[in-house]
Amino acid sequence: MAINQSTAPAVTGVRGPEHEPVTLDVNGSTYPVELEPRVSLLDALREHLDLTGTKKGCDQGTCGACTVWVDGRRVLSCLTLAMSCEGHQVSTIEGIASDGELHPMQQAFIDHDAFQCGYCTPGQIMSAIALIREGNAGTDADIAEHMSGNICRCQAYPNIHAAIREVRDADDDGGR
Amino acid sequence: MTMRPITFLRAGSIDDAVAAVSGNPDSAFLAGGTTEIDLLRLGVIQPTLLVDVNELPLTYLEDVDDGGVRIGAMARMSDVARAPRIVERYPGMAQALLLGASEQLRNMASMGGNMCQRTRCAYFRDGRSPCNKREPGSGCSALNGVNRGHAILGTSEQCIATHPSDVAVALVALDAVVRTIGPDGARTIPVESFFLRPGDTPSVEHPLEHGELIVAIDVPDLPVARTSRYVKHRDRASYEFALVSVFSAMRVDDAGNVAEVRLALGGVGTVPWRAHRAEEALIGRPATPENFAAAADAELADADTRPMNAFKVTFAKRAIVRELSEVIS
Repeated sequence: MAINQSTAPAVTGVRGPEHEPVTLDVNGSTYPVELEPRVSLLDALREHLDLTGTKKGCDQGTCGACTVWVDGRRVLSCLTLAMSCEGHQVSTIEGIASDGELHPMQQAFIDHDAFQCGYCTPGQIMSAIALIREGNAGTDADIAEHMSGNICRCQAYPNIHAAIREVRDADDDGGR
Repeated sequence: MTMRPITFLRAGSIDDAVAAVSGNPDSAFLAGGTTEIDLLRLGVIQPTLLVDVNELPLTYLEDVDDGGVRIGAMARMSDVARAPRIVERYPGMAQALLLGASEQLRNMASMGGNMCQRTRCAYFRDGRSPCNKREPGSGCSALNGVNRGHAILGTSEQCIATHPSDVAVALVALDAVVRTIGPDGARTIPVESFFLRPGDTPSVEHPLEHGELIVAIDVPDLPVARTSRYVKHRDRASYEFALVSVFSAMRVDDAGNVAEVRLALGGVGTVPWRAHRAEEALIGRPATPENFAAAADAELADADTRPMNAFKVTFAKRAIVRELSEVIS
């Protein structure tokens, strides 16, 4: 489905409510899809692009399971319309490993047993990498405060925080 | 829950955005979407056309001639909170921004959108219960319902929904000004009159015309704000709306009297609540705990409480006294 050239069409005029051609740039690949305007970025990723790593928890901006990056900033894909992402770069959990090697944050989550059921984990990891890149991982209090938008029903918080501290302290571009 | 079908327009200019919304009574601007997409999916609001204003060149922060700061309406909460000119000149405003929502939501939510965010009243949000704000004339389920989080100031018999914003509390204390462009041109609205108390028309929350777009917020120069603070008391340590919050800034003269004070409350009002009575009670008087308590008493004197939210009166008074004692030093 992905083709490797990115030029979003110029957008003019009212679109919808029926399906419209939409071009999404996700993890460096360009995806031409047909979407209704009401489709969230989360549903577009999961249902149209088959990128099901991003999870749907509450679907109302409360839980953080759907956290992705748009232009490098962590956002909630459930409250973002896919159509509004045209011309912007979307990054999901599927895109952070490189050359078959886990991102340091993914490895740290494994090493620290930072999940139980795993449902919140993609969102936690996308948030955690961004957290370090933002410079918001300085203290334990900073980590707790700036990760508060990612809920973990299994209460793996101590392990999640340990994983974040390890990547932060490794100083090897964990926020890439 | 599936959203009703909608149409979508990405606005290329402010004029296009204003024309598109003012020309369609069932339309709405779409900014960060953090409240709007949620309420669309819940069926609480039902525009058929969304006009996306996120691409408009309104993300700036810039100094204005009088020493204040102009904040573009599309500037995101997280960017404004960390902008050096905000942190240095209005630290209480920066704190208010960072104490709202989560980092993901702050990355999305715009300053203009924050001004238009809707109440978290569960009866408003459920799309079914009688609610005068959602469906005028249907009644208010909160009056005799679960109302622990509801307002005690600025209420009416029609609505006791709490205004949810943190940064708006700072902005009313700072006498900020909302700048808009609408079908009839540009105008400015003092932020305190931007937020309308429910009265007999709880569905009317601000004086904007349909199609009138917030383009900027002006925060005037205010030296006393350089030592301002914002404290937020809530049920969780993070990512929760306020039960009581306080924005404060105060200057005490050499004789120990209050020379200047700005005080506003969140979590207790139907609008971001400027504590005018408390300010008047404090000006020119000795900055003592007794006078702080008297000012807090004056502000809460007309509180309209129900059994579940009556605790907010004592809570707010104590929060005011503590903040005034802290901000002095």
